Amino acid sequence: MTPVAPSLHLPSRPGHRRANSESPGVRRLLIGVALAFLSLFLFLPLISVFAQALAKGFHFYFQTIRDPMALSAIKLTFIAAAIAVPLNCFFGVCAAWTIAKFEFRGKNILLTLIDLPFSISPVISGLIYVLVFGAQGWMGLYRNADHPAWPWLANWLNEHDVRIIFAVPGIVLATIFVTFPFVARELIPLMQAQGRNEEEAARSLGASGWQTFWRITLPNIKWGLLYGVILCNARAMGEFGAVSVVSGKIRGETNTIPLHIEALYDDYNFTGAFAVASLLALLALVTLGLKTWVEHKQAALSETDIFP
Amino acid sequence: MATKYIKTKRLRVLPGFKLTLGFTLFYLGLIVLIPLSAVFWKTSSLTWNEFWHTVTLPTALASYRLTFGASFLAALVNACFGFIVAWVLVRYQFFGKRLVDALVDLPFALPTAVAGITLASLYAKAGWIGQWLDPLGIKVANTQLGVFVALTFIGLPFIVRTVQPILEDLDPELEEAAASLGANRWQVFWRVIFPMLTPALLTGFTLAFARALGEYGSVIFIAGNIPMKTQITPVVIMGELDMFDYAKATAIAVVLLVVSFVLLLSVNVLQWWTNRHNSTSLA
Repeated sequence: MTPVAPSLHLPSRPGHRRANSESPGVRRLLIGVALAFLSLFLFLPLISVFAQALAKGFHFYFQTIRDPMALSAIKLTFIAAAIAVPLNCFFGVCAAWTIAKFEFRGKNILLTLIDLPFSISPVISGLIYVLVFGAQGWMGLYRNADHPAWPWLANWLNEHDVRIIFAVPGIVLATIFVTFPFVARELIPLMQAQGRNEEEAARSLGASGWQTFWRITLPNIKWGLLYGVILCNARAMGEFGAVSVVSGKIRGETNTIPLHIEALYDDYNFTGAFAVASLLALLALVTLGLKTWVEHKQAALSETDIFP
Repeated sequence: MATKYIKTKRLRVLPGFKLTLGFTLFYLGLIVLIPLSAVFWKTSSLTWNEFWHTVTLPTALASYRLTFGASFLAALVNACFGFIVAWVLVRYQFFGKRLVDALVDLPFALPTAVAGITLASLYAKAGWIGQWLDPLGIKVANTQLGVFVALTFIGLPFIVRTVQPILEDLDPELEEAAASLGANRWQVFWRVIFPMLTPALLTGFTLAFARALGEYGSVIFIAGNIPMKTQITPVVIMGELDMFDYAKATAIAVVLLVVSFVLLLSVNVLQWWTNRHNSTSLA
């Protein structure tokens, strides 16, 4: 990461340089400060995850990952992401369509409300589902009420012992909540920038609503959509705080990968914790790689576009 | 009146407005708004005195001080270094720039629990960084400094990613004009470039601050969670939840929620103001 001589890239006219860019010394200093800061806070932590994961060798590493508790955590994480990501993806497309293609009152309020889950602490995100579905929450009070509305529903819940908190459904719900805005956030500005001219042209040429969406809108937003899905998935698989509140942390049953990492760490099995953590760190690196690739693709797409 | 009607009719050549708006509102209500309203329902089971007593307990007050103080300092440090990082990434060429640019988002992509145990081990007494700080008498793990380090890590991308696009779009002609009028580089920076970046910097600062206030996973491992000393507010909420005292947990959560909402609102107002400002200055 040694900076190459920056003066190579400068306009060579003397005098121009003084006021329009910094002297080489200042440049080197700034690049040095930026890289030192990033090394301390980004690169070093990243390297240390993998170094510590392999501290006891590959045998221990694979043993930890193939442990039944670890496998069950991996499975649960995949289940939660497999439900949360498609649902939020569908929501994101619907929300972006309605916000970007139509004018209506209260649009700004809707935009702010969609953003809400981003500004709520993960712990509170879990807490709200405990308040709805927990024993002291709405569902608990309803099940134990003397004269509940819709007695058949209360009976059904009690007969089947429907449990949401400290069980898998709670984990899925918390995951949906924390990843709620990702796809919508990516698509809304993109579709607003694209406007509705192309879709209106398609409609006026006789295309049906579905044809317009599949042949015009979707190809235009595909990279943005993929981008949102990637970010949504990364957060869904890595969520810790919200899931930690609703899971109950029953090993082998309601532990996701991040919760399993915490359990190993609390057992002082640090190398084990880092071995499992390295899986999520790999996921993060893949996410960043895909993200960079998609950004590149999207930039290429918007360059070739012929927007009026 | 009649023309207005025709106009709105014409805007809706595209189908699916009612369907998509309906689903959006339904899903938003089901997943976000109804569960969120449970917070206020639970809080209303407390009297005002009980509520006040809970949110002003010494452990809660100490946690607010730490959470707000550390978040503010972390956002401030990020504003400074994040600005330099954004500047370097936009204006200069150096080896590995694209890799560095991609890795800036690592704190977004890396799960908080992974960040938490990594930072805790790096800054432990025998850790890679801790072993150099320990002889100097600087303790990071299990101190308030640790909370600050974790919050700095997770807030890093916010400033870079809000300042970077604005910096890329800056018109070089403005700088050239200032320079041709005799301003030196320092004056050009402070009088021309910096004022144009201030809204983005403020937005990034607020986003980093808001994110840090609610952060949980990356802090708990390095902080040690000692009551009155290194317990952040989300940990206090978690502690009440572990004792099944949901009313207490909710009361403290309301404090954090209200502050988050105010911050979210100020970011939106800031952005609205910036957009308006930009569009009027262009016209």
